[in-house]
Amino acid sequence: MQFAKFVVTRIIAYVLVIWIGITVVFFVPRFMPSDPVESMLGRIMSQGAYMEAEQVEAMRATLTQAFGLEGSLADQYFGFLHRTFVTREFGPSLSMFPTPVNELIGRALPWTLGLLLASTIIAWVVGNAIGLLAGYKSRWISSRTLEIIAILVYPIPYYITALILIILFIHINPIFPLFFSVRGEAWSWEFISSAVYNSVLPALSIVIVGFGWWVLSMKALASSISEEDFVYFAKLKGAGEGRIMTAYVLRNAILPQVTVLALQIGAIFNGALIAEILFSYPGLGTMTYNAVLQADYNLLMGTITISIIAVATSTLIIDLLYPVFDPRIRQR
Amino acid sequence: MGALNRRLKIGLAILAVFIILGGILPFFSPEDPRDWIRHPRNLPPSAEHLLGTTNLGQDTFWLLSYATQNSLFIGLFVAFFATLIGVFAGLAAGFIGGITDRVITLLADVFIVVPSLPILILMSSLLQGRASLLLISIVLILFNWPWPARQMRSIALSMRERQFVNTARFSGSGTFTILAEEIVPHIFSWAMANFVNTVLVAIATESGLAVIGLSSLEEATLGTTIYWALQHQALLGRRWWWIGSPVVAIILLFIGLFLISTGISSLSAERRGHGDA
Repeated sequence: MQFAKFVVTRIIAYVLVIWIGITVVFFVPRFMPSDPVESMLGRIMSQGAYMEAEQVEAMRATLTQAFGLEGSLADQYFGFLHRTFVTREFGPSLSMFPTPVNELIGRALPWTLGLLLASTIIAWVVGNAIGLLAGYKSRWISSRTLEIIAILVYPIPYYITALILIILFIHINPIFPLFFSVRGEAWSWEFISSAVYNSVLPALSIVIVGFGWWVLSMKALASSISEEDFVYFAKLKGAGEGRIMTAYVLRNAILPQVTVLALQIGAIFNGALIAEILFSYPGLGTMTYNAVLQADYNLLMGTITISIIAVATSTLIIDLLYPVFDPRIRQR
Repeated sequence: MGALNRRLKIGLAILAVFIILGGILPFFSPEDPRDWIRHPRNLPPSAEHLLGTTNLGQDTFWLLSYATQNSLFIGLFVAFFATLIGVFAGLAAGFIGGITDRVITLLADVFIVVPSLPILILMSSLLQGRASLLLISIVLILFNWPWPARQMRSIALSMRERQFVNTARFSGSGTFTILAEEIVPHIFSWAMANFVNTVLVAIATESGLAVIGLSSLEEATLGTTIYWALQHQALLGRRWWWIGSPVVAIILLFIGLFLISTGISSLSAERRGHGDA
């Protein structure tokens, strides 16, 4: 029963996260000092587009609809929720008219998910492995050196790491290309290799920062667990070093690391958004940014809604994986 | 555990440099460093211009000092209110329990998961670069109170059961006295460590927004300085002093703040008698 209860609470939390996130998104344009529709219209016209009076009217109607500003506040709100939870229909893109927003997001989403998934997993696995070793062998000089490196690297925000990588490996040593360019047919060898080649730096900028945190937190956990009585007992019993490290220390230390990973997804996503923009990586972040620059409100609302859903879903998946690591929840 | 206090010392030394740079020097600035074309453009560092000049004819050093002031101000403002709200919400959740606890915990969990940046981007795009630093700070407070709240809640829960609290209660102290005399000193160092950490997160988020040009473009912060440098192709033009100054400043400031925050929590762990944290 405990497992069922666990799953149900997580799913309720998941729906609530999306609901509150979407509600905040809904109210932001309504609390702005200026009318978002008029300010958007002004912006589109100032970019030099000449429009007939009726075209302006049509544009105003489209924007009003894009912001969900038709009807009473309650109507608007329920329409907005319906669009988020049921239809997921964000209309045509205004800058790449008439391509539907959903199609554009469908193109960008796999890039973002691929980048985030690969870099988060690499950072988490490698960081925890090194942190475990450093915490268990805390007297080794290399453990201490490593901790100092992690302390120096962890507090630096993603976009600063990204900028440094850009300066070092694109401008000073041009190892990687200035512009993101993927060649070849989908899933041909050329496509995959050029995609990976272009993604190395964006991924590295996310890995480096995450890595520092996982090393630090795992080291602290592992070194305090190593001093527990049951580890001492295992040593007296004659269990091998490797076995003590994995079966005794790691199994206990990994639980908080899974919980923290779930809590960090939002922050990692924030970092990845800016990294994408700096590297002009073709994911959700760059698309959101272009939507802002081109005043494409349908697209912007679409990418922001999908971002919130994607982050909430990733968090839910990690939460649901938790019982794999913790037998106490698996058993009833 | 001398190494732990060393962290605090190094961190405070770094922070002191930034407090002089951002807190004191701007008042002695000979000019408004935001003004364009005051000096010849793209000068290398010299005695007159310590960090050279930008492509816009600004003095990089004074610009940096001005930007540091704004960034520090945002950080302190957000951290103060986020910690204040977080500590009270967390203590309320932990000590009152029941439905209050559930609502606060749920809200905290939700605001931790919802990514703040897309919402900030939406807001700034509606304001078209005229988002005031105050408005951005308020949104940052909204997204940063849950961390201290979670921490305080768990401290409060464990505190309720601690021996010394019960001893105080049985010896006839009222709830308020217990809070003031037994609990506040205990959580003070936690709140301090968290405060410093929130300063870091707030500056990082604002600069992140600023680097892509979506913070207040009328003000200078460490992030907007990077934005203008990127916009004027400081990278392609290899004007390392311009782009490098704010980047190095952010790195040093953040390492300093992080050392202070871990230093404070180790110090309090030491005082409690187990220096392992």
